[in-house]
Amino acid sequence: MNIIQRIGLILFVLGLAIFSVLPFIGSYQLEQEMVENEVKDIHMDAMVEVLRPMYGQYYESNFAFISDFNKNFDNYNEELKAKEDWDNVIWDDYTYPLTKAASTGPVSQNPYFYLAITVCLGVLGGLMYIFPLHRNKPEGIKNDGIYFSSMKARGLLGIITGTWLIVFYIILYWFPAYLTNLILMVDPLSIALSGNPASQWFLYGFIYTLAIVVMGIRMFRKYKGNAYQTIRTASVMFFQLAFAFLLPEILVLLNMPWHDFKNIWPLDYSFFYDYRIDGMLNSGALGMFMLVWGIILIVLGVPIFTYFYGKRWYCSWVCGCGGLAETLGDPYRQLSDKSLKSWQIERYMIHGVLVFAVLMTAMTIANYFSGFAILGSATDQLHSAYGFLIGSAFAGVIGTGFYPLMGNRVWCRFGCPLAAYLGLVQRFKSRFRITTNGGQCISCGNCSTYCEMGIDVRWYAQRGQNIVRSSCVGCGVCSAVCPRGVLKLENADEEGRINEMPIIIGNKSITVKS
Amino acid sequence: MIGPSTNSTDRHVVIIGNGISGVTCARNIRKKDSQTRITIISGETAHFFSRTALMYIYMGHMKYEHTKPYEDWFWGKNRIELKQAWVDRVDFEEKNLIFSDKTQMQYDVLVLATGSKPNTYGWKGQELNGVQGLYSMQDLELMEKNTHKIQRAVVVGGGLIGIEMAEMLMSRDFPVTFLVREKNFWDNILPVEESKLINRHILEHHIDLRLETELEEIIDDGNGKVKAVKTKSGEVISCEFVGLTVGVSPNIGFLKNGNESDSEKSTLELNRGILIDSYFKTNIPDVYAIGDCAEFKNVPAPDRKNIEQVWYTGRMHGETLAHNLTNRNSVPYKPGVWFNSAKFLDIEYQTYGFVPANIGENEDSFYWEALNGKACLRLFYSKSDQKLLGVNAFGWRLRHEYFDKAISKGYSLEKVVSEIDKANFNPEFYKPFHYEVLKKYNMEFGKTLKLQKQSFFKKLIGSRS
Ligand SMILES: Cc1cc2nc3c(=O)[nH]c(=O)nc-3n(C[C@H](O)[C@H](O)[C@H](O)COP(=O)(O)OP(=O)(O)OC[C@H]3O[C@@H](n4cnc5c(N)ncnc54)[C@H](O)[C@@H]3O)c2cc1C
Ligand code: SF4
Repeated sequence: MNIIQRIGLILFVLGLAIFSVLPFIGSYQLEQEMVENEVKDIHMDAMVEVLRPMYGQYYESNFAFISDFNKNFDNYNEELKAKEDWDNVIWDDYTYPLTKAASTGPVSQNPYFYLAITVCLGVLGGLMYIFPLHRNKPEGIKNDGIYFSSMKARGLLGIITGTWLIVFYIILYWFPAYLTNLILMVDPLSIALSGNPASQWFLYGFIYTLAIVVMGIRMFRKYKGNAYQTIRTASVMFFQLAFAFLLPEILVLLNMPWHDFKNIWPLDYSFFYDYRIDGMLNSGALGMFMLVWGIILIVLGVPIFTYFYGKRWYCSWVCGCGGLAETLGDPYRQLSDKSLKSWQIERYMIHGVLVFAVLMTAMTIANYFSGFAILGSATDQLHSAYGFLIGSAFAGVIGTGFYPLMGNRVWCRFGCPLAAYLGLVQRFKSRFRITTNGGQCISCGNCSTYCEMGIDVRWYAQRGQNIVRSSCVGCGVCSAVCPRGVLKLENADEEGRINEMPIIIGNKSITVKS
Repeated sequence: MIGPSTNSTDRHVVIIGNGISGVTCARNIRKKDSQTRITIISGETAHFFSRTALMYIYMGHMKYEHTKPYEDWFWGKNRIELKQAWVDRVDFEEKNLIFSDKTQMQYDVLVLATGSKPNTYGWKGQELNGVQGLYSMQDLELMEKNTHKIQRAVVVGGGLIGIEMAEMLMSRDFPVTFLVREKNFWDNILPVEESKLINRHILEHHIDLRLETELEEIIDDGNGKVKAVKTKSGEVISCEFVGLTVGVSPNIGFLKNGNESDSEKSTLELNRGILIDSYFKTNIPDVYAIGDCAEFKNVPAPDRKNIEQVWYTGRMHGETLAHNLTNRNSVPYKPGVWFNSAKFLDIEYQTYGFVPANIGENEDSFYWEALNGKACLRLFYSKSDQKLLGVNAFGWRLRHEYFDKAISKGYSLEKVVSEIDKANFNPEFYKPFHYEVLKKYNMEFGKTLKLQKQSFFKKLIGSRS
């Protein structure tokens, strides 16, 4: 590590540390007009009364503020619940918007400064660390010392990182009020892009995109000379930046519904929810295009592209979850479990989620056309169960929080219903395969070790068998790390793609079928 | 004869050695025969691991468990019994193995698959602490200890394991001096252009490569530890670690224990290795030898050696012997077109067929090298009929299937050159080499060959051929 890298690392840790403590500084003071601005009309009178004891009070921390807020609010709701006066109970959660409005700390005064000493400092430090990586070294595999690394081999640093991520996700999904300072700091950026103040999702999308871009640059350094890795990484960086981050915000600026054109149902599980459908139907020609485009992707895009290129066209070239896994998650790819057992679990889980998503969507659509006559509340409950269990807990907390513990594709491997759908096509009707090069495999295990999807690549390679697996996202790393040139990702004729009884070339005495 | 012999089902096959040859043999016996009791014995590790991956453990790319090609439950499920112990002596008369702890085991059929051990040439100081070879897991553990806080390492011997050892040491940022006896790296196997390509790459990695340099002696620091090496030219290079990688030879030492004293019928015939016929039979009934430790009395094919010490041949030995042990019709060992591969630091090497270091009168070769000097291709052919005999490729992955066919069917040089894109196995989006190769061929041979153009659609769907 040279001096620039050392400084970079220090700056990064500093930025991260400030980012982590920033939510806890600042003071809060609620006024009546804030409540009037943030609360829906139907709750206005009640909320203004409920929160009256808080007006003008000075709170030193968000803990104090939120706890007082909850006390007042819960008192009100509990009373009504006790009386079974269900119609007047307020189910909406106003904690976050009111905490944000009440914030009077230094961050709301000086958002740019705080953005600079947290996120920008972290990015700068990260880049200072990344740019000199592998400098003056010949092109080649750069995996030295991975299993000696505390960060990359489930050591203390890895566990701390995983814990940090898990905690961050839990707060982000369920307690965003505690993140107000961080959200305030990206307000100006959000306003510049979409005209609206930031939400926790804007903050999240912003950091997410930066992570992909910065760690994407790391991929360029690490896989220098590997054209497949370079182009693929550039592709996920582009799709995240343009399609997932900028375009949706610009749509909002144009008074259109927020829409990510590259997201596909059932990964985009709310695509058929009534508010989304209505949003699209009420947005003129562009809205109509969103709807038609979304459906074309599902019924034509997935099968056709997957037929020609395998599911990699989406999972490791386009997808945002895949994009994060392939960049931020790359240092952890070797931690995925390769056992047969985990493959069995994987198949049950991922197809289970697919069934769940399909059933839920079928019900949603039936409901929509029946005008919510049947199954109305059941659908709502399903939506919230799915959103909680799959959308947030699985995809977010486990999917990313577990990178340093179980590898970078936990979600894609065990949970993503779109991956399951793409995988079915890939397994049964596709030209894509990883070709095994005759008898050249020496069973070293690099390919299996570095497979992020936990495929035991070697099992196939050492038998001279092509790898045709529904879970393969075509990242190409097995091929890169193989020291004997055994593996090649290819699209080719379906004939000879699946060789159930392979013969290893080289022995003329007998033909052994593995 | 005691007990049932080769073709009985109710028998105990014992395999000494859990390397690729022994394990392949056991697996393939089990596939054909669910009755036979199979035991694999090895003192080295409890489970089969990939010896070829030893370097990656030291370099931190993998851990030991990643180098195991089969999960631990595999053996129980396939009823292959494993025993971790060292065999001290074999009593061929009584069909009995005697272990180092004096326990014993009876066998009906014995397969010797005991691998190799590193060579030493009786150098002064070769027994010092900090001096070692690299073959086994124990060697790797020793190397871990021996390279703790060293200033410089010296690797002696310019072969495949030598360069792996140099790479291992470099991965931990130890300065390495690499003593190679030959004029160029591995030039007893490689033609000079290829050797020089690797020379350059070794230097690019800042390895202190000393060609035409031989070890004279290893110098003691007074406490039984290495302090320096002295070369034949008298130069003293101080170092705290010496890797001796001057080839391997069959690991048959324990078979000599008490071997001669018995009657001739139960004395195993040994030369450099365990002598076998083309059915892997030793001179003793029901005793076979495969893999690195075996020595064919007659070479299996004209371009082959009596002792084949590579992974692939071990695998083929194992497959073929398993067939013979489970089949009425035994087949002799008949290897197909030779192939091998290796990786020199970052440059991969593949070879198919036969390419000698020095080209004879009746043959010639076409050689192409990339401008950056990091990839090359040599097509070796017979002058009389222009038939392809072999190929060397560096920095360019080639399709085994294609060259297996091209060489066994005797494709002409011209045919191979004009469809060389079919044989390309480099990852997608890599710069294609075949245009350059063709251009060079056309220039040298005064031809105007063209590659078949792919249609736009075929290019778009990334279709092969
Ligand atoms: C560092 C290194 C890298 C290599 N790289 C390559 C490569 O890239 N490509 C290639 O083709 N080849 C390579 N080789 C060679 C290849 O590994 C061997 O040819 C192959 O492993 C031999 O297999 P085997 O089954 O004959 O014996 P082994 O794998 O040596 O197995 C023999 C086993 O028997 C055990 N044994 C021996 N005697 C006794 C006894 N008395 N009691 C109990 N157990 C005993 C040994 O401990 C050992 O575990 C490499 C070798 C080394 C050392
Ligand atoms: S990395 Fe290559 S040589 Fe090693 S096990 Fe995988 S396919 Fe075989």
